[in-house]
Amino acid sequence: MRRIVLWAMSTLTLLVLLFSYHTSRGASTTVASSIEQLNDSASSTDTGSSGASSTDASGSSGSSSSSPSTTYAGDAVQTQFGPVQVQITVSGGTITKAEVLQVPWGNGRDQEINSRAVPILNSEVVQTQSARIDMVSGASITSNGYLTSLQSAIDQANL
Amino acid sequence: MSASVTALPRRAWVEQVMGIPVSIHLRGAGVDTPEAADAVAAAFSSLRAMDRVFSTWREDSEVMRLRRGDLTIERCHPLVAEALEIGGVATRVTGGAFTMLLPGDAGDLVLDPTGLVKGWAVERAAALLADLPGVSACVNGAGDLAVVAHADLPDEGPDAITWRIGIEDPRDPTRTADVVALTRGAVATSGTAARGAHLYDPAGRRMVGRPGSTTVHGPSLLWADIWATALFVGGESAGAAFTSRAPAYTRIEL
Repeated sequence: MRRIVLWAMSTLTLLVLLFSYHTSRGASTTVASSIEQLNDSASSTDTGSSGASSTDASGSSGSSSSSPSTTYAGDAVQTQFGPVQVQITVSGGTITKAEVLQVPWGNGRDQEINSRAVPILNSEVVQTQSARIDMVSGASITSNGYLTSLQSAIDQANL
Repeated sequence: MSASVTALPRRAWVEQVMGIPVSIHLRGAGVDTPEAADAVAAAFSSLRAMDRVFSTWREDSEVMRLRRGDLTIERCHPLVAEALEIGGVATRVTGGAFTMLLPGDAGDLVLDPTGLVKGWAVERAAALLADLPGVSACVNGAGDLAVVAHADLPDEGPDAITWRIGIEDPRDPTRTADVVALTRGAVATSGTAARGAHLYDPAGRRMVGRPGSTTVHGPSLLWADIWATALFVGGESAGAAFTSRAPAYTRIEL
């Protein structure tokens, strides 16, 4: 369960950056290093040394069935665009809610980018769960489109 | 669909094979066994082997050596002769809407089995996952997928493991436009939204780049994939051929 959550979190933050990248003029190398930093940060919460994971039912993370919903907040991560922090709610092993707690909001450009990207990200992750979709058939799941595809979100949540 | 099914253990693996992302998902009690891990490794290995034989992007593949005349069909892997036979049948039953002869760089027609290899390769890989006790498996090769399940798993009732396959909306890939539920079988989608006009219409002798997509689901991914491509590029005659010759398959136009 813990591993699933961490993967999902790193994917969510990755998606935030990818959406930002599509609409920004940032260089790809700095985006890549930001993503690395995000993944490192997600891994570090595995040790319990950092990251604010809160649960409304203590000790539930090991059980696989009838577990109550648990909320995990990732670390706020510094990116070239500013701080990004994502929180997800997991119930019975599936993500029921994805919320972006913190995104760059410093200037008009940030606000323009994120007011578009954040709702897409949230609805994309939650839609696959709420529609209870297990896999996706489609023509756009190519190598180029994969990272932002619904199938990728589903894969990452189950890795 | 019951709560017990949604809470089943589940694992996923993703690798880039044949130039595409391939996801293998297992569901059921046995997903964490060494046998399951071995079967998944064998499935990926089978996909890589198909790539070595059939890839048109690798100069050293058997198909490319065959194209250059460096190799004869008799000396190729037996799968090449099998592909040619399947391709011939596919061209016949689709009324000519499916072809393995595509325009080459010089404007001539060259052997290109790509149209059937992906679905076939994914189907062969999935077959290696069908004997794991208590496990249902879904292999998704860039949007074309096959579902298999152990023989003891039922297709109906509380113990059935059902996969809900979302069909991507070709006009908004962040959304799904339809859902197909499967316990065994295949779903293939053809469209040109993602990669531009890469599908060839042999009757009109042109590349097709229209919007929308065609999804076909049914028992075999090899044939669902062939029909999805044929129906996307073909006209009314391909549609009539599908209706009369593929009664086990269902078509979704988006």
